[in-house]
Amino acid sequence: MGNALQDDALQNNSTLLGTDELVLNMGPQHPSTHGVLRVKLKLDGERVRGTECVIGYLHRGVEKIAENRTYQQVAPYVDRMDYVAAVSNGLGYCEAVEKLLNVEAPPRARVIRVILTELQRIASHLVWLGTHALDIGALTPLFYCMREREEILKIFEKYCGARLTTHAFRIGGLQYESYDGFEKDVERFCLDFERRIQEYVDLLTGNSIWIGRTRNVGVLNAADCIALGASGPILRAAGVKWDLRKAQPYAAYDQYKFEIPVGTNGDTYDRYMVRIEEMRQSRLICLQAIEKIPEGAIMGKVGKVIKPPAGEVYHSIEAPKGILGYYIVSDASTQPYRVRIRPPSFINLQALDKMVRGHLVADVVAIIGTLDIVLGEVDR
Amino acid sequence: MNPTLHAVLDFLQTWWAELTCGVVIVAVVPLVAGYLVLMERKLMADMQARLGPMRVGPHGLLQPIADAVKLLIKEDIIPGESDKLIFWLAPVISMTAALTSMGAIAFGPSFQVARDINIGILFVLGVSSLGFLGIILGGWASNSHYSIIGALRSTAQLVSYETAGGLAIISGLLLSGTLSISGIVTAQQTQRVWFIFLAPVGFFIYLVASIAETNRAPFDLPEAESELVAGYMTEYSGFRWALYFLGEYANMIVVGSVATTLFLGGWLRPFPNVRWLNWLDVLPALIIALIGVYSVYRAGKQPVKIQTQFMWGVALACFAVALIYAVPWFVGPLKFVIPGLNGAFWFLLKVAAYIYVFMWVRFTLPRYRFDQLMHLGWYILIPLAIVNVFAVGVAMLIAANTNWNHAVVLLLATIVTTIATLVCAVFLVSWHDRRTESASTASLARDSYAG
Repeated sequence: MGNALQDDALQNNSTLLGTDELVLNMGPQHPSTHGVLRVKLKLDGERVRGTECVIGYLHRGVEKIAENRTYQQVAPYVDRMDYVAAVSNGLGYCEAVEKLLNVEAPPRARVIRVILTELQRIASHLVWLGTHALDIGALTPLFYCMREREEILKIFEKYCGARLTTHAFRIGGLQYESYDGFEKDVERFCLDFERRIQEYVDLLTGNSIWIGRTRNVGVLNAADCIALGASGPILRAAGVKWDLRKAQPYAAYDQYKFEIPVGTNGDTYDRYMVRIEEMRQSRLICLQAIEKIPEGAIMGKVGKVIKPPAGEVYHSIEAPKGILGYYIVSDASTQPYRVRIRPPSFINLQALDKMVRGHLVADVVAIIGTLDIVLGEVDR
Repeated sequence: MNPTLHAVLDFLQTWWAELTCGVVIVAVVPLVAGYLVLMERKLMADMQARLGPMRVGPHGLLQPIADAVKLLIKEDIIPGESDKLIFWLAPVISMTAALTSMGAIAFGPSFQVARDINIGILFVLGVSSLGFLGIILGGWASNSHYSIIGALRSTAQLVSYETAGGLAIISGLLLSGTLSISGIVTAQQTQRVWFIFLAPVGFFIYLVASIAETNRAPFDLPEAESELVAGYMTEYSGFRWALYFLGEYANMIVVGSVATTLFLGGWLRPFPNVRWLNWLDVLPALIIALIGVYSVYRAGKQPVKIQTQFMWGVALACFAVALIYAVPWFVGPLKFVIPGLNGAFWFLLKVAAYIYVFMWVRFTLPRYRFDQLMHLGWYILIPLAIVNVFAVGVAMLIAANTNWNHAVVLLLATIVTTIATLVCAVFLVSWHDRRTESASTASLARDSYAG
């Protein structure tokens, strides 16, 4: 309202200096666009009047490459989409192809998949928390988060030899048995982690600057979330209790008890609280899972050459950033006819414009952080 | 004799002390600033569970020198579309202002870098706020959007926080009754109390305002890295950038010195009037010698020979300084330098503690948003500062006209001030919130530059 008045005054009063929109080009090289995102901000002073996202700087054509690779060869490529949550990407892809082949991974493999995926969810949220806090100007949480993430990456490294792009799972199950002391490592991490989360909470949750910077910033209500297709913590922070781990249980999630944290306002603070609580829940899932890992095979009945029957399949999982879907069309050859990926970051990024309008430049940074995008996944 | 030469000699004869001091400032302060950066990085590393610089010299002790060399030999880039003269001039203004204001600061009794100006505090404040001119001009001359936003933020921040800081200083000046820097310290000696205990609210406001004035987190909006890349410094690189950086750290020393002088007893040791604590005067020499002993101890543990040698060098330097501190105790005619040396030690210790708080705050707190910064400045700090000045004045009047204890009255006044201002602040904030809410569309309507 106040602005409408101001604009009128500017137009009617010729004695005032003429003003113009300032177009600020943020990125693709910018400390807090989380990769190579480019946002053109239309500014009035520091007030954002509109945005235009330019993406594609990290486009590698994963979907096209997949058409020229065998099913097994595609798996490492999907690891490189959301590179801070490679295990989750792999899980989604492997399960989609398993659905296409109509085989199931053996119980032992499924439980180990759950453990590794939940650890990956914690690691992904830790990267989010550290960088988000850094964007808002808190330097220290980043290093605490990286310290804990290191423990998770060490578990991955011991398990499959890789830390970041793990390629941990295979179509039909797992390639590697869990190493000796796997349960102990996971348990030690989980028991220690509760105390660590408390450290972040102490630094941020009650901090009045943090609350001031996040509360009522980038509000996205439930209806908008659904209209835009936003999923994951963004949707849950708006109060919608939708988590595929509960709604359409995959892997072995139906065996474990956990809560789906939800927020009320759908602002940046709620998204922060939701993700913090999700880390706690993931920790609980890991603790439940290592209690009884079933014995048995780790690989289902899958041939050396994967040749699914002609047809199509869509499978989606709850990745750390939201719903990650794979749509695969098979023409009964060894290579997929078409792979289409529904990346959560790409779709959540659509909400940026709606969230930042009317906020200040500083909030744009906070909102990009709270969306938790990974440009590798946005551009694929 | 040649008249020109004669004039030069005459000039030197009158001003040799000031000239020497000027040269010393220009030579020493950049080095100190460099080591402040190292201190900051080490402290940050300590609080963030990592080691910080470790490569150049033992425990990274030579890092500042390596950084300076790197910055000096970098390519000098001036953006094509910039206003070249102002672009060149701006960092120089920033640094000159910071270094010049250092001139009036008293590091010890009769150990003032320049001479004891009777408006010393005003001089320091005036000259050091000129540094903002460098920031604003630099941001404008760069001809870059990030720079100009940083410069605009800096302007608004300066206006808001210089006001609060200035008012906070007034409470100290009221207590001392003088603007002269050495006079303020002497007043704290004769009144037998540091002014921080008489006007804690004033000190607190000055602390917050000085963080904002030096553009440091959580008020580092002009150069907010995650938002504006580097704010007004975005287009600067190499040595010009180093000048800005130097100016910023030199400015930290200046505000630290002002706070120390006004509120923390300047060069006075703790309890300067208590006879039986006179042994504290030996502490400076002792502490420096102990640092030397520790360096010797660490020297044996260095992995590389050159680092061992370097640690020995540090130890020797410490012993040399300790010797300088110790000798006058035993040599009668030199006794007069003891207060000066000890004064410098205590002064620098207090300044370092003050700067430590700056750094500590930086690692702990997230950054304010622009409207929140203005809100804090205009709705809380400035009213608080005004009420504080008023309360200190009233308390002094009461103390002067009754025979109640001076300090007790002032403390009472402080408590009353704090409560009264907090009530005011809460009222103002809620009024402000109501006003903005009634303007509906919440944050959309607020114009942060209007305060």
